Amino acid sequence: MKRLITDVLVIGGGAAGMACALSAAKTGVEVTLLEREPVVGGVLNQCIHNGFGLQFYQEELTGPEFAVRLQNEMNQEKVTVIGESYVREIDVIKKRAMVLSPLGAFEISSKAVVISTGARERPFGSLLIHGDRPSGIMPAGLAQRYVNLENYLPSRKAVVLGSGDIGLIMARRLTLEGVEVVGVVERMPYPGGLTRNIVQCLEDYEIPLLLSTTVTKVMGNGRLEEIEISDVDESFMPIPGTSRRLKADTLILSAGLLPQVEDFDNDLIVDPINKGFLVSNTGESSIEGVFAAGNDVAIFDLVDYVAAEGWIAGRHAALFALGESTSGDRVPVLRGENVGVLVPGIVDMEEHLRLYIRLRKPMNEGTVVLKELDFEKAFSYGVPSEMIQIVINKEKLAPLFSAGRLTVEVR
Amino acid sequence: MEGHITCVICPVGCRISVKKIGQEYSITGNKCSRGKEYALNELVMPKRILATSVKVLNGTLPLASAKTTGPIDRALILEKMSLISKIAVEAPVEIGDVLIDDIDGEGTSLVATRPVGRNETSNQ
Amino acid sequence: MQAVVVGGGVVGSLLARELSRYRMKVILVEKSEDIGQGITKANSAILHGGYDDPPGTLRARFCAAGNSMFKKLSEELKFSVKRIGSIVVAKNEGDLPKLKELLENGVKNGVQDLKIVGKSELKKLEPHISDDFKFALFCGSAAVTEPWMVAIASAMNFASNGGEVIINDEVVGGRIVERKVVEVCLHSGRRIKSDLVINAAGLFFEEVASRFGIDVPKVKLRKGEYILLDRKASSLVRRIVFPLPTAEGKGRLVVPTVDGGVLLGPTSVELPGFTPEDLSTTAEGLVSVRDSGEYLIPGIDNPGWYIKSFAGLRPETDQKDFYIKRAEEIKNFITVGAIRSPGLTAAPAIAEYVVRNIVPEADVNLVERDDFVPIIEERERIKDITFERVSQLIKRHPEYGRIVCQCNEVSEAEIIQAVRDGARTIDGVKFRTRAGFGRCQGGFCSWNIAKIIARELNKDLRDVRQNSEGSWVVDGKVRQ
Repeated sequence: MKRLITDVLVIGGGAAGMACALSAAKTGVEVTLLEREPVVGGVLNQCIHNGFGLQFYQEELTGPEFAVRLQNEMNQEKVTVIGESYVREIDVIKKRAMVLSPLGAFEISSKAVVISTGARERPFGSLLIHGDRPSGIMPAGLAQRYVNLENYLPSRKAVVLGSGDIGLIMARRLTLEGVEVVGVVERMPYPGGLTRNIVQCLEDYEIPLLLSTTVTKVMGNGRLEEIEISDVDESFMPIPGTSRRLKADTLILSAGLLPQVEDFDNDLIVDPINKGFLVSNTGESSIEGVFAAGNDVAIFDLVDYVAAEGWIAGRHAALFALGESTSGDRVPVLRGENVGVLVPGIVDMEEHLRLYIRLRKPMNEGTVVLKELDFEKAFSYGVPSEMIQIVINKEKLAPLFSAGRLTVEVR
Repeated sequence: MEGHITCVICPVGCRISVKKIGQEYSITGNKCSRGKEYALNELVMPKRILATSVKVLNGTLPLASAKTTGPIDRALILEKMSLISKIAVEAPVEIGDVLIDDIDGEGTSLVATRPVGRNETSNQ
Repeated sequence: MQAVVVGGGVVGSLLARELSRYRMKVILVEKSEDIGQGITKANSAILHGGYDDPPGTLRARFCAAGNSMFKKLSEELKFSVKRIGSIVVAKNEGDLPKLKELLENGVKNGVQDLKIVGKSELKKLEPHISDDFKFALFCGSAAVTEPWMVAIASAMNFASNGGEVIINDEVVGGRIVERKVVEVCLHSGRRIKSDLVINAAGLFFEEVASRFGIDVPKVKLRKGEYILLDRKASSLVRRIVFPLPTAEGKGRLVVPTVDGGVLLGPTSVELPGFTPEDLSTTAEGLVSVRDSGEYLIPGIDNPGWYIKSFAGLRPETDQKDFYIKRAEEIKNFITVGAIRSPGLTAAPAIAEYVVRNIVPEADVNLVERDDFVPIIEERERIKDITFERVSQLIKRHPEYGRIVCQCNEVSEAEIIQAVRDGARTIDGVKFRTRAGFGRCQGGFCSWNIAKIIARELNKDLRDVRQNSEGSWVVDGKVRQ
């Protein structure tokens, strides 16, 4: 059985993994990137719309363009990419993984590991929507795969459940290809995706957005035929007497993304609110030499953030592999009022602090307060779907040492 | 005349207010100059970048993703989609290859955004 | 000598296999697109101990006997059985008589490994059981399995022994001469010469019987709703957990599944009319399943663990027992119907009994073959074998190294094999390989499974279905 050795092993070749592999290689180590598809890029390959790279490349790119840029840069460094590879088993302490690929089964040992396995879509089954079990109910990403990569239309007439970005993007995509998108149903009283997408995906095509509404039943023999929707109250319970039916052969689900942590959560600590790996601002997880970046840490709304975090994790994974880890003093990050998703969970004072915050509830106006750093940042029109990013230079982190913690509050 | 528009140039999504005072427009709420230009355009002639797919012949993939090099008149989009759905391009395709030159009569082209290798035995 | 078995569920498949031990041509006719798609695929997947069934009933007669046949059957047909045992839990002293009654039933029915335990042993058997429960009836012979695989493997073995499996066709009637069936007529127009007809049509046993002019008990449909939970839930439960049974039935359970998940349910609601296509779940049903689970194992009702919900139907009659009888009206027509709980468990014993005891009464001469091979070829699952073995397989067939279903570690080779074994739909592949059964529920891989099916069967992706007729997946190409 083949035994490979590398300095940094990166598991997952999406935006985070590629940025990470590139950054680690530039820091001066050998990197092996394992990717389960035949090509790298992850979901970027099927996100053919614009909106990527504004921060990372100062240019507006489509998903495939962003992926190809990272890939070309990777090809110029010492990054070995193994496509169609699957990590069957990994010992995160010994940093040894057993991998399957069509070229053979092999073991790979490394000095540092980065887990960038991204997220999966919440499946229909977990929503416990009652009714029949016909075909035609699928997560938006699956529909996107069919349309943009496989060249097949999985729908003639669709309803979208959930107004997250992926659902909005697919509402537009399907409409452009001749599918009748009857409407987008959202159980919250406000939309879940970026405002830009509400305008360019729904308003542009006059696709109705039904807020405070949910799907209560699906019906169909063989293929989906009808959907029952109802108004909902503040606890998302259907309001009696408000149900009505829509004819559709497809229900596109945009019901949320879940960080893919299950294969590692016996070893690595998972933040219960982010539902992703607990990491510091260097990307290091609760296990020494094991790093994580991207959507498996928290669901980010911009690929640029994912790539930036992957970049940092890559550098620190490389430093760890070189034995030059510059770990400084560390303090935990605590959530104050109205703070939902929050990355990182730990501040390592040797590295700049890049904070990502999601509000729990929309706020017309507010201020993010980093108490121990005496820092405030005002914002307006804050919504949970749009992350607030705050960058603090590492020189300014000194007060955290005596404080012993960093509290993030929103007032 | 007065209106509010959500700017979509970048993900910040500034709420911009537009007021017409005589022959001039007063624009407030934008955080950058692109937003000002966007707000004006949205009133007169909304424009959008179109991202879609083009059929590839003899390629390792059946489709090349593509986009317009700049925003085009929103009213033209469905008509241009019809045109795009009828063309095909021979592999190999590189990012930036012009697939439809001057798609809107104002110099905007449709270019490939994904490389597609050549595969002679492809049945797509 | 030619026999027709109507219905490709677990009972029909085992009957057909049993018949093929003897010198005759056997044809198994299934009206849907695959084996085991009716009752067989939507039940609790339990091999019951056999203490629930009133002594003297056919249920009692065949349950314990069937249960003990599963070890050998699973070795021959290569499906999984996990003998985890079951507990029927009771809250207080007042419930003990009921437990004792079940114990006595069990002893009379020939059930092994049965005992009543107190609180401390209950806690050892099932650490996370609710503290409300003080006593339990433990049955060591209870187990869980994968019922559709029992049917699929049985049908495969039957076919490799010369049996003919017809799918997508339906028995619509027959030609009867002098009170005997001589020919069976199918919906497609095909006519099959028959010396023997066995009606194992599941929910449709009454309907099929009526097509031959045969009177059987009236069937009522009972719906059971289930919720399937993620593997993480199995940290809370080790055994099959039953509440005290009521007049309605065994109740809503917590059942570890054979591939590491947990099943909650089923409810038991009689449908008003004969609507066998009604497999819809209901809001009330799902709530009651969740509550019942939580009542037995606190903490099990965790929304983060929901994988899916579904419903299954069972055929019930007023007798509340199996109906296994050679017809009065037609001498060589045998109905094996009303196979409700514990139908899966009893199935191998029923098949053996029907063939050895009832078939000869139909003037059918049974001559044993000497070339019947009861064992099917192993279908190796990458997930279950050693790393070294995987390495060997990949060297011979690189497709074993291409993992298509990440959640359940299913390789392309296994999917291709499933298609070669008879899978024609995405669900057909799913049930044979477990691809798409995991956490992402096919979100990441179903397009790939569909593509592989299309390639193997030389079809366009447009013609690949999810499961039953009409369940199209894609409508056509984006760019022609």
